Amino acid sequence: MPELGSIVEKVRSKNAGPFWLTVDIFCGSPEAYARIVNGLSTDRVARLFKVEEATLKRFDIADLNVVKFSLPRPAIQGTAHDRDMHGAGWAPLLAELEIN
Amino acid sequence: MTRILIPSGALGLGYDADALARGVAAKPDLIAIDGGSTDSGPSYLGRGVSKYSRAGTKAEWKGLIVARAEAGCPLVIGTAGTCGADSTVEWLYEITVEALAELGLSAKIAVVKSEQPKERVGSALTVGGVTPLPHAPEISADLIESTTHIVALAGAEQIAEALRTGADIVIAGRTTDTAIIAALPLMRGDHAGAAWHAAKIGECGALCATNPQSGVIQIDIDAEGFTVTPLADGAHCTPHTVSAHMLYENSDPFILYEPGGHLDVTAAKYTALDDTSVRVTGSVWVPSDRYTVKLEGARVAGYQTLLLATVRDRRYVENIRAWVDDIARRHAQRVANRMGLGPEEYSCELRIVGVEATLGALETRCEAPAEAGVMGIITAPTQERANEIGKLLNPFLLHHPLTREEEQPTFAFPFSPAEIDRGAIYEFCLNHVMELDNPMDAFSLEVRDA
Repeated sequence: MPELGSIVEKVRSKNAGPFWLTVDIFCGSPEAYARIVNGLSTDRVARLFKVEEATLKRFDIADLNVVKFSLPRPAIQGTAHDRDMHGAGWAPLLAELEIN
Repeated sequence: MTRILIPSGALGLGYDADALARGVAAKPDLIAIDGGSTDSGPSYLGRGVSKYSRAGTKAEWKGLIVARAEAGCPLVIGTAGTCGADSTVEWLYEITVEALAELGLSAKIAVVKSEQPKERVGSALTVGGVTPLPHAPEISADLIESTTHIVALAGAEQIAEALRTGADIVIAGRTTDTAIIAALPLMRGDHAGAAWHAAKIGECGALCATNPQSGVIQIDIDAEGFTVTPLADGAHCTPHTVSAHMLYENSDPFILYEPGGHLDVTAAKYTALDDTSVRVTGSVWVPSDRYTVKLEGARVAGYQTLLLATVRDRRYVENIRAWVDDIARRHAQRVANRMGLGPEEYSCELRIVGVEATLGALETRCEAPAEAGVMGIITAPTQERANEIGKLLNPFLLHHPLTREEEQPTFAFPFSPAEIDRGAIYEFCLNHVMELDNPMDAFSLEVRDA
């Protein structure tokens, strides 16, 4: 099965302030968008990020061919156990997820 | 119509001088640049210092002071010196005075300060004037007391107050990223939804264009909408690049909260005017009943010592997890035996660079790299204790064998001493808003001639 990153144009993750993290999947085309919307469940992303599904906010934005997830940061930005000050490291994790 | 020239996403990132000159020639009504954000972590606010170098900041700021003099319009910086504390406002003011003197220019400077006395926030907390935002940490009077710096994010009202003094240059402490761009069009009666939406699109400079590194952006805001134009050679805005920018660093791509209301772009329409410019209409500003400003605060969260060892031996790299787990166990025992400290009295994390340092338990890949780094991060209530715990870790990272039946190995330390004292580490401890009767109640404004 192909990795998500090979289907879409770009995956980006970033802080949305010190307490939130946001991950944007730029699908690049309506076809890729449909494939991600149908092939990537919120539950699967929750398991990948090891968070409760209810904490994930999901936005399927057809106009932009974008699927976006926002979640409270598991470690608040900059605390002793935070590993990634800018939150960019979550994108490759999602990009390497296999999609039907 | 109000024309705002934005040289880049932040002072310190550099800008394209040719594009800036093009922007100045187009007669802007204001030049706006952001000076910081929380994005580089809590240490800058905790200490009240800038992330960017003084030399780099001065060189770029000097260029903008010249551009302002040529354009004959105000120059506004928000969140001066990364965190927007009073100390970084004064730091940039001092740089400004130096730069003006070297250029043989003079200017009227309005200084807006955003730092909050603990007593003000403590009193507001007591009377219910401080409200948590989603996913905010618990706070108390004691926590407020333990902060080293608290700032409130100024909005368009405080920047407007500064512009009304007729200042040539406005140096503001912490503001929202958008306030410095939205203030003037709002003062002049342009469309409020367009002013805030334009500000959000423009606040990162050319990040809303096809060539994000090119920096300079021009935004025209009028009675119905706004037009965004990147000014560097070869940079283009498309409806996609502009609308997609609402996603950036924003947990909700349609709503943006500001002091005094929120922006809703659900119904916004994005139209290409040509190859370069995009027109946006349909953005809505929704005023709120209460006037609130967001608070940011930081406090000391311990002291850290780091160690870094690199492991190149193939057998050790292949078994790095087991090796590190064994070291963690033995080191904890040694700290207990030698220092009498239990695991609740300090933290020692061993992150394996090349294997799982970025993602920890979330990592899904498992192939062995050529080498691995082991980064020991020790956090303790004092620097002395963190350093002692680090010294007890040192011999393990240098010589610990994978099995008892082998010769003593030695691993690579890139530094001597191996222990690196990081000093105090800080944490963000506020994600709250504070209600104000009058927007200027929590901010000060002063005009100085330089």
